[in-house]
Amino acid sequence: MNIGILINEGPYTHEATDSAYLFARAAIEKGHQVSRVFFYHDGVNNSSRLTEPPQDDRHIVNRWSKLAEEHKVDLVVCVAAALRRGIKDENLAPGFRISGLGQLIESGIQSDRYVTFGD
Amino acid sequence: MSEGQIKKFMYVNRKAPHGTIYALESLEVVLIAAAFDQDVSLAFMDDGVYQLKKGCNTKGIEVKNFQPTYRALDDYDINKLYVEKEALEARGLTEEDMCVPVEVLTRAEIGKLMETQDIVLSF
Amino acid sequence: MLHIVNKSPLDRPALDTCLATAQPGGAILLIEDGVYAATTGNSAAGKLTQAMGQMKVYALKPDLEARGIADRVLEGVNLVDYGGFVDLVTEHATCQSWL
Repeated sequence: MNIGILINEGPYTHEATDSAYLFARAAIEKGHQVSRVFFYHDGVNNSSRLTEPPQDDRHIVNRWSKLAEEHKVDLVVCVAAALRRGIKDENLAPGFRISGLGQLIESGIQSDRYVTFGD
Repeated sequence: MSEGQIKKFMYVNRKAPHGTIYALESLEVVLIAAAFDQDVSLAFMDDGVYQLKKGCNTKGIEVKNFQPTYRALDDYDINKLYVEKEALEARGLTEEDMCVPVEVLTRAEIGKLMETQDIVLSF
Repeated sequence: MLHIVNKSPLDRPALDTCLATAQPGGAILLIEDGVYAATTGNSAAGKLTQAMGQMKVYALKPDLEARGIADRVLEGVNLVDYGGFVDLVTEHATCQSWL
């Protein structure tokens, strides 16, 4: 199945993005397709390449980038929410792209299932 | 997007305005959704009913007042606004306190409608 | 449909509203802080047990383990891993996250 995911919270403060990542990875392992993950609200902060967690912690941003590269997951960051929070093309991690809210609706239309993670 | 495909989208709003940004940014999604010619409905539950409490004046907190946008939804053909009966009652509110025409439904009734949706997005 | 609850029942009303909204035949999956509701002695245990008559209740095992409560799971709660979470999503036509 084609599964779309919406993430409404940023990294580290909330478990939402961890849950979403582990869910996405499990879905891919089961042979499903995670075509697009849409980052909204503080979720846009998951895309900052300036993120530097301590060595012994998981690197949430790199984890998403790697998933995108290996499994062609489209990581879309909402432009309006991103600009509000200082996320621009120049500080975007690999695999992420900035686009409009239409990409969220489109993903909802094209996915067989849609799951929201947030607070 | 796939041409002509109409899905039923329900947006579930359960958070009060101003304390957090969810209400405003959710409204932005709904406005964009209108351009996609999908079947759109909005459910206001729990503290989400406060989003529609009329008379919001945000001058003093220096935040944009987005309440007029709810009144503009009808211009975008978004007119299925459901408000949870139990949530109104628990907050001392009535339908007359709402800034736009709404349909007041019980949680169970909203639950039935939810079952008929293709996509439920919650903020 | 599948209802996903990620809030402790003693913190926010998400579980209460979910239980009152969910229709018979549906399923509830507790994740993140939502898993606290699935433990014995929690004040939400009664209503969760009652709900089991009409719908299936699941809890995400890794979240229970992370919180040190995997050994006090309420009877009747089905434990799933992330793969099981995926299966629940695909088995139900829609899902609603009670954020």
